[in-house]
Amino acid sequence: MSAPRFAVIVFPGSNCDKDLLWAIQTVVGVDAEFVRHDATSLKGFDAAMLPGGFSYGDYLRCGAIARFSPVMEEVHRFADEGKPVFGTCNGFQILCEAGLLPGALLKNTSLRFVCETAEVEVANNETRFTSHYEKDQRLRIPVAHAEGRYTVTDEELEELTANHQIAFRYAKGHNPNGSVDDIAGVTNKAGNVLGMMPHPERAVEALLGSADGLPFFSSLIASMTA
Amino acid sequence: MKGVQLSEPTAEEVRDTKIYRSWSMTDAEYERAVKMLGRLPNYTEAGLFAVMWSEHCCYKSSTPILKTFPTTGPRVLQGPGEGAGIVDIGNGKAVVFKAESHNHPSAVEPFEGAATGVGGILRDIFSMGARPVAVLDSLRFGELSADKAKNVEHNKFLVDQVVAGISSYGNCIGVPTVGGETAFDSCYEGNPLVNVMCVGLIDQKDIQKGRAAGAGNSIMYVGATTGRDGIHGATFASEEFGEGNETQRSAVQVGDPFMEKQLVEACLDVIHNHNDILVGIQDMGAAGLVSSSTEMASKAGTGLYLKLDDVPQRETNMTPYEMMLSESQERMLLCVKKGHEQEITDIFTSYGLDAVTIGNVTDDGMYTLEHKGKVVAEIPVRFLTDDAPEYHLPTAVPQRLAALRTTDARDGISVTNPEQTFLELLASPTIASKEHIWHTYDSQVLTNTVIRPGSDAAVIRVRNTDTALAMTTDCNGRYIYLDPEIGGKIAVAEAASNIVASGATPLAITDCLNYGSPENPEVMYDLTQSAAGLSAACKTFETPVISGNVSLYNETSHEAVYPTPMIGMVGLIEHTDHIVTQAFKAAGDAVYLIGSLRPDFAGSELQKLQTGSIHGQISDIDLEGIKATHDTLLAAIREGLVASAHDVSEGGVAVALAESAFGFDSKSGDGSENPQADILGVDAKLDLEDELLFAETIGTFVVSVPLTAVARFEELFADSDATATRIGSVDNSGLLEIATRGKGISVSTMSAKKVWKESLACLLS
Repeated sequence: MSAPRFAVIVFPGSNCDKDLLWAIQTVVGVDAEFVRHDATSLKGFDAAMLPGGFSYGDYLRCGAIARFSPVMEEVHRFADEGKPVFGTCNGFQILCEAGLLPGALLKNTSLRFVCETAEVEVANNETRFTSHYEKDQRLRIPVAHAEGRYTVTDEELEELTANHQIAFRYAKGHNPNGSVDDIAGVTNKAGNVLGMMPHPERAVEALLGSADGLPFFSSLIASMTA
Repeated sequence: MKGVQLSEPTAEEVRDTKIYRSWSMTDAEYERAVKMLGRLPNYTEAGLFAVMWSEHCCYKSSTPILKTFPTTGPRVLQGPGEGAGIVDIGNGKAVVFKAESHNHPSAVEPFEGAATGVGGILRDIFSMGARPVAVLDSLRFGELSADKAKNVEHNKFLVDQVVAGISSYGNCIGVPTVGGETAFDSCYEGNPLVNVMCVGLIDQKDIQKGRAAGAGNSIMYVGATTGRDGIHGATFASEEFGEGNETQRSAVQVGDPFMEKQLVEACLDVIHNHNDILVGIQDMGAAGLVSSSTEMASKAGTGLYLKLDDVPQRETNMTPYEMMLSESQERMLLCVKKGHEQEITDIFTSYGLDAVTIGNVTDDGMYTLEHKGKVVAEIPVRFLTDDAPEYHLPTAVPQRLAALRTTDARDGISVTNPEQTFLELLASPTIASKEHIWHTYDSQVLTNTVIRPGSDAAVIRVRNTDTALAMTTDCNGRYIYLDPEIGGKIAVAEAASNIVASGATPLAITDCLNYGSPENPEVMYDLTQSAAGLSAACKTFETPVISGNVSLYNETSHEAVYPTPMIGMVGLIEHTDHIVTQAFKAAGDAVYLIGSLRPDFAGSELQKLQTGSIHGQISDIDLEGIKATHDTLLAAIREGLVASAHDVSEGGVAVALAESAFGFDSKSGDGSENPQADILGVDAKLDLEDELLFAETIGTFVVSVPLTAVARFEELFADSDATATRIGSVDNSGLLEIATRGKGISVSTMSAKKVWKESLACLLS
């Protein structure tokens, strides 16, 4: 396969789109382009990346409006075809609202917005997004959200665990939002869709405090070029 | 003014009922307008004069003072007079910044007041063509403990809501809130200060001006619709509060950060990709449509013909008066080349925004408004702008000054248990960690933030260069209250110290001049004298004033806030390798005190803690001496000799040493590799009395230096006019041990940090 091309989806109100593009295009050095919410085709792209932000101002409910954007039909197609789909923060919320990932993200238990560098652990390093990490590797990755408390039913949690769908957990005692089972990121059953509250694109340069997000991107790129 | 005017008063009725007085226009100003026009202004015209001649719009009382500021320099590309000032930072790039106050709205509706404060200053920055990259907030509130406050619950409510408003707007729009400061004093009870500074970056080729040039070109209105919110917000901000100020709530606007996010992207799209058809762009801020449009015409020396029926309206039956004065948020005004209106409309439509032509540029210099087929206002543009009144108001030496100086600054101060005093200071809300506040701000979005809140200055890297920008806000109103001129110097010197401690050369400042009523000669004295102090310091530190705002009438029932000229300063870091934080980095590093401590207790936290008030004469500061210290420290930083640097301010050297130890974080990658060393200590000895540990001597620093760099570091200082005294070293003891001629301090870093870190959340709960 030729060099992969990433689509960074821009919803009205996305505000980490430029950060994601910078991380992929400039820091990692792989082809990436913005794709507007009203685009009807992801032809020519190999991965769909949903950035953080406040799509549609978080009005109604985080991600609830964005999931109806025209481009989401193509995101669904990618998910169905086994192509990588990734969402961070608001992107994660949108993927849950779209039904591409189980569960939902509720208001943090503190009821306040939280911005900090989270202590995150790799719960499963056998996904296409995490293969360049060690199992249980401790990472420092920023979080910034008010609605990041991941929740699923008990049955779904059992299923997630049994299927090894939990990709990232907050380290014990470092859960910033009250997520069930300290979950920071989950994949779908097939393993090609990942959502996480931490922002790997904010952790790609040591100058800014952490480069622990780099293996995330390299894992994903390796999985696409293998 | 309320609601719908079914039939407007006639020009004669305006004159006879003196309705303009309710818009804070004086009889003399009304008569001035009549004389200039040569006829009676009608209701709409009188309203335009009243708002354009308000203090908030024309700075009629403060202009003579603002003219005394140094505003030029080799790097200054744009000084005061546009949406924001601009400074050259090399590589074809420039930094754009400005600060603005939103004190009055935040007093009555703290969430929306603070939120729209953020929104307003962002528009000033992107109207210049710059992308906003950082926000800082300088906040002042009343006291948080019941024994010091009249209404402690209300003070807590204000803190909570102001912070929530900033967090809500800034986080949503995706501009990081990277710094600022928060202080507490009883004088701010009932009149909190909410000053917001925004910093933007721009390629110099993209710099815009707010000009409506070229007769025939179109005036386009973009963004949100116009409602009745904020009518007379500008005059509201130009009056002091009376009791029961809830009735003034209607003057507060409501913000929509999602709309503004779309507005930023659409405006920057036009500026970057369609600059050939854009003539000028300006934010609709205070006094909305009338202010933005007349300023654009004034700067270009043109006239305007506006058709108000075409203004997008969100309410029915709006009068011309209401449309012109509305301060609805998230609106911009564009001047577009004739024939290219549709292209602009198409761009804005793609962002889900309205863009409509509401008029055109004329060459007659007249400001003409048409509504329902009739001309409703016809005034020469310059009458509203350039010809606004300017007052040289009388000044009088404040009576308080003599009274405050009858006592010695040391009166009432007695440090018998320095450890206890130290812990009490760490717990005081002005000194305690503000993490509880900034934890709720997204400080990292846009992925440029190198130094987050909590150090002397925030640092943002400049992409595709080796450079970075340091930024800070600072002002200690207590010093200005005690001596306006020296206090003014201190405000700039402290900001410069913060910038230098981060490894940056100070570039320029913006300011928010927060004072009481200018009609009080004592307030005018404070304003004049502190401005003189600011000017003197700006000259020494080579930091011209490139933008700013004046907020007067910060009084509640005739009680004014401390004179508080907030300084926002930006500095340039030549290479990201030079970035320094206040946190100690490794055990073994030598600790130095730069400069000498003096018994500076007037206005100090110690004085306030022990006497419950502030008094005494503050000592003058040696600006040249501090500049020499800055230059030497910067040279040492650039040579890579400095591991940490922190300026001594509130709480004195003891607090500065403690904060340096608290800041250490072995996990962040900027500290030791030793995971055991999560907590560092310091072992220092100062040949001073215990009291001096808490003296607030401006221009002194606590610096740590790796042992390998000690010789060169000392050599640099020996060759300069600055002094560096080795006072001890960083260690792994986990103890803060500061020996003195007296009892000194010995306390565990962890327990002191706990006090410092948890105090604010505790006080606010």
